[in-house]
Amino acid sequence: MTEQKSIRAHAACETCPVHNAGNLLRLGVDMSDWDYVVALAGNPNVGKSTVFNALTGLRQHTGNWPGKTVTRAEGGFEYDSHRYKLVDLPGTYSLLASSPDEEVARDFILFGQPDVTIVVVDATQLERNLNLALQVLEITDRVVVCLNLMDEARRHGLEVDHRALARRLGVPVVPAAARYREGLPELLAAVADVATGRTVCKPRRLSNEPPALKHAVSTLVRQIHTLYPGLPNARWVALRLLDGDESIAAALRNGGLGDLTRGEPVPVETAHPVELEMAR
Amino acid sequence: MTASTAETMHTSTDGVQPDDILATAQALRWQISGDFHEKIVEAAYAEAAAIADSVVTRPGASPRLALDRTIDRIVTSRRWGFPLMILLFTLVFWITIAGSNYPSQWLAAILVDWGHPALKQLVDGIGLPWQLSGLLVDGMYLTTAWVVSVMLPPMAIFFPLFTLLEDAGYLPRVAFNLDNLFRKSGAHGKQSLSMMMGFGCNAAGVVATRIIDSPRERIIAMITNNFALCNGRWPTQILIATLFIGALAPAHLAGLVSATAVVGVTMLGILLTFLVSAGLSRTVLKGEASAYSLELPPYRPPRILQTIYTSIIDRTLYVLWRAIVFALPAGAVIWLIANIHIGGPSIAEHLIGFLNPVGLLIGLNGVILVAYIVAIPANEIVLPTILMLTVLSTGMHEAGAGAGVIFELASQNATYSILQAGGWTLLTGINLMLFSLIHNPCSTTIYTIYRESGSAKWTAVAALLPVVMGLLVTFVVAQVWRLFAV
Repeated sequence: MTEQKSIRAHAACETCPVHNAGNLLRLGVDMSDWDYVVALAGNPNVGKSTVFNALTGLRQHTGNWPGKTVTRAEGGFEYDSHRYKLVDLPGTYSLLASSPDEEVARDFILFGQPDVTIVVVDATQLERNLNLALQVLEITDRVVVCLNLMDEARRHGLEVDHRALARRLGVPVVPAAARYREGLPELLAAVADVATGRTVCKPRRLSNEPPALKHAVSTLVRQIHTLYPGLPNARWVALRLLDGDESIAAALRNGGLGDLTRGEPVPVETAHPVELEMAR
Repeated sequence: MTASTAETMHTSTDGVQPDDILATAQALRWQISGDFHEKIVEAAYAEAAAIADSVVTRPGASPRLALDRTIDRIVTSRRWGFPLMILLFTLVFWITIAGSNYPSQWLAAILVDWGHPALKQLVDGIGLPWQLSGLLVDGMYLTTAWVVSVMLPPMAIFFPLFTLLEDAGYLPRVAFNLDNLFRKSGAHGKQSLSMMMGFGCNAAGVVATRIIDSPRERIIAMITNNFALCNGRWPTQILIATLFIGALAPAHLAGLVSATAVVGVTMLGILLTFLVSAGLSRTVLKGEASAYSLELPPYRPPRILQTIYTSIIDRTLYVLWRAIVFALPAGAVIWLIANIHIGGPSIAEHLIGFLNPVGLLIGLNGVILVAYIVAIPANEIVLPTILMLTVLSTGMHEAGAGAGVIFELASQNATYSILQAGGWTLLTGINLMLFSLIHNPCSTTIYTIYRESGSAKWTAVAALLPVVMGLLVTFVVAQVWRLFAV
């Protein structure tokens, strides 16, 4: 993957953290005329609000306990001459929408059409956190994983191979310690790359379902794609329909799902391949 | 990836309607096994585990985790959990009470003793009519100055300390300790977390009940959140405890005794939360408690300076601002009802006289009840209102600058002497602390409950139940007190 870096030699400055940090303009609650919408998802108590505050300059109260953010907080920042609207979603363990906070998070990722979704994961609890990350990857392609709390992982004697993780997930992974502002410049660069289409993600999708289910899913996917060509998450929608998810059925009926195909950029040949190595 | 995007771009939409897809899904659902949902979830978990396993290595043992576990074993143990909790809270209140005494006096000296006459002189110099200068300076300015001098110092100490406990990760342990009791009350264990939020602000606590999935348990959590003392009530508790209960002890123990009294009221609030939750879940809101998992986050060394900064900006100044915003119009209202006379006495005197019999019956007085009506928008202004109305009703205003003036309260002794002149006893102090804990939520919280529950019925229950309980409790305490204290 290092070869791609050299191809982009002209953009060497852009990948330099010093340059990037200098390019960040925290806009607080000023979210006018945004170019891109970025959602912040993650399990409870992994530092979403800390990342949110660091990027927007706002002081959304953070606390060391799960369930601190139950509503959406919004803020803005400007980076590399683009304006971003950042939406801090409630922390959830899954996106099955079994409680109001999960529903807020899922509906925003699904219908809010964020240009990029940052999934903040706790490096010390990777297994449980990846469960949510995989669910997000089922819904949207445009994901950056922020591997947060690296400082705690180090203290606990854990080593996380973020490059291998990026390869497995098919999206950029940025190690960070948001409390100490470590990794934030790299995170910004990764978000900007995904938002502008410089990075095209090839997210890992689950495919190990039983044969009977496989048939049912592919039948539905074909029909869904006939109705909404280019819908990025047809398989996920099919599974939700099979599960009898009322809100997804309603979205299908009233065309809410169809909106998702609008504004989804069609991959073009000239786009750079996934650039997986972000840090250092 | 699913079917290739480019390929499907060419397919026409002929024939397929949303309802067709739903019908297909309906039909297919019969062909697949019922537990496919669990299978999918299991597969996702397995996938997450496999990925995590392949990218995480543990070269070093983790002494840190072992330390976390040791601390957890102590702070959540059956034997030490509760005593430690009480000890920590007592310590926090003691530091608050001991530390805010002098700054409060300094602020009062500047804002009230010096600021009020200076401002009055200035305004009179301009030649404002007395009605206007009374309304502005004696009503609005003085109420606000009093709110600032009484509330700012304790809040500037209490909130950073509380936030430090929170950031270090102690609060979820408290929730863990209380979890079992909540379940026994037929409520959701996560209610302990929304209660913790309520200790800051009940409106925020009510919003925090969103983490509870079951509507039944959520309503219980909303109704009982009011029993968690909020920002607006801590200063009342702290000041009254200092004046009436701390004063009973020798000087060097006064701070500690006052702190213990405040902790006692706080614990009573937690106890009432359990009792009312149990009562509701066994009568009108019957049902089983649902299971959930509570996560104990790792202990994190708090970033002390940053915590102090953000808690002062976010909580202290925010709450102070809210208090000021409500104190300004309340000051005007107080001055007006004290200066508009209907057939001799002022409106305030009419009200106080009307409510006094009821007030005395429950160990309070008419002034306190009027103050609680005036202060429905914000608990923060209860005490200033009480003081002003006491001054008015005892005729002490000859000493001050006219009716409706909250005057020189530079030291707590002055406050105490005003209250004594108003006929206050130890019983009045205790019952005020009780009534401050057990009364209707402020209007912001009531509105939030309505918005969150969408039910006028449950909002009414949440608003009225605590007032009725408060009147009953204070009544019983007053009767028992009078029976024994001859």
